[in-house]
Amino acid sequence: MTAIESRPTASEPVLLPTGAIEACDFSFFYGKKQALFDVSLAIEPRAVTALIGPSGCGKSTFLRSINRLNDTIPGTRHSGEILLDNDDVYSKGTDIVALRQRVGMVFQRWNPFPTSIYDNVVYGPRINGVRSRSELDAIAEDALRRAALWDEVRGRLRTSALGLSGGQQQRLCIARALANQPEVLLLDEPASALDPIATQKIEALLYELKSQLTIVIVTHNLQQAARISDRTAFFFLGKLVEADTTDRIFTRPREDRTEAYITGRFG
Amino acid sequence: MVSLTYIAAALATLPLIFILVHLVRAGAASINPAFFMQMPKPVGESGGGMANAIVGTLILISIAATVGLPIGIGAGLYLAEHKGKRLANTVRFLSDVLNGLPSIVMGIFAWQFLVRPAGHFSALAGGIALGVMMIPLVTRTTEEMIRIVPNSLREAALALGYQRWRTSLSIILRTALPGIVTGALVAVARVAGETAPLLFTAFGNQFWSAAIQRPIAALPLQIFTYAISPYDAWHSQAWAGALVLIGIVLVISIAARLATRSRFGSAVD
Repeated sequence: MTAIESRPTASEPVLLPTGAIEACDFSFFYGKKQALFDVSLAIEPRAVTALIGPSGCGKSTFLRSINRLNDTIPGTRHSGEILLDNDDVYSKGTDIVALRQRVGMVFQRWNPFPTSIYDNVVYGPRINGVRSRSELDAIAEDALRRAALWDEVRGRLRTSALGLSGGQQQRLCIARALANQPEVLLLDEPASALDPIATQKIEALLYELKSQLTIVIVTHNLQQAARISDRTAFFFLGKLVEADTTDRIFTRPREDRTEAYITGRFG
Repeated sequence: MVSLTYIAAALATLPLIFILVHLVRAGAASINPAFFMQMPKPVGESGGGMANAIVGTLILISIAATVGLPIGIGAGLYLAEHKGKRLANTVRFLSDVLNGLPSIVMGIFAWQFLVRPAGHFSALAGGIALGVMMIPLVTRTTEEMIRIVPNSLREAALALGYQRWRTSLSIILRTALPGIVTGALVAVARVAGETAPLLFTAFGNQFWSAAIQRPIAALPLQIFTYAISPYDAWHSQAWAGALVLIGIVLVISIAARLATRSRFGSAVD
């Protein structure tokens, strides 16, 4: 098992890595409380995988384990592995900074930095050492275009990011993650606080993006999961109950608990 | 019941208004260009100013800020990012104790460790004494301001591949900056008027001196000296000095507020 080390710089083409994720008997603990139990799940590259399940079922914990954001919480530990392109993200030699640049993340509550739209987008490339103004400009435009925000903000890149609408701020956060040229994009209920039109824009955007990178989305909205995902994984009480194509999960689930949840009998 | 709170609120602002009105009435008459440009005149001669004390106070405040702000802000950052750790709790407790330390004790401490070894009073010793007094104030306000930065910003930075220390410095500190500046100003304002720690450190100086290794005049000391004198002319000079002291604090506050006013709005409030 080799460690995740350096990655291609932002200016290089990004289609080389595949962005395949595979969890093998992965368990996670917050102190004494076990949040995930032996989760084994293969996530297909360049597709949208939805993680569904009732609150507290461990789907967000699983998502935040992929980019090791849970490491920032004291007293957590894990067992098992999560492989990203066959490298264990939890191996000793993993460069967490490089990992998080390869695995971008978007949160439920949009969280742009209190600075300009432009500065928000180029934050990641800047800490990677990109200094050239023209290069940063190109990265910013590319990321904003990919996030379907360019046409709305091109005239006011230097104004405050906090002046945008909620949906625009969320797409800005997606652009900010894309500027790092990630192979994987993790989204934790990205549209749950947005109105239907803004939600629709985010969904359309994810549909566009999935040809370029691997997308994993946690959602409470079953219709959303059904609309946008290729595969769906159902979590319950910290265990992965069932994972299959979305079509199959929503029409002919194997497990009774999946069916009960899908049909709204609990959760 | 509610009306009592209105009365209390009025009573809370009344002293400030009363002080300001009285200061202006008693001191404004002595404020003229000469007050800022000239040295004190000997007893009996009319006119003269406090140029040496005004410059002295500015020098003392600068030294104090140089000592107190970096240490205070750094310690506050540490406390906010390592909350719950035993060392952080100890530092926070000691900081609170230091905050409660009488300022005269700080003066004795500075005299013992800075004035005595050097063999003479100095502006440096006075400035350091004031700077040490600023540390706990700045530490606690910095910690509070950083704590109210939303955790989501911290996570956003970490998820972008920021190292922890870098997140602290570039995102958290910048977001909390307006609040930290306010805290720093409160600390500066507080020490600018301190007299006790200067009595046997900066000592005061009737003559012009801007050298930090020599005794230096300071507005609070000058006010003290003039106020307890038996001369009416010196009394009105003392009122004018007090007015100038308040003016300096006000100008520093406004300038720093303007300098740090965020162009992008705050993510905190």
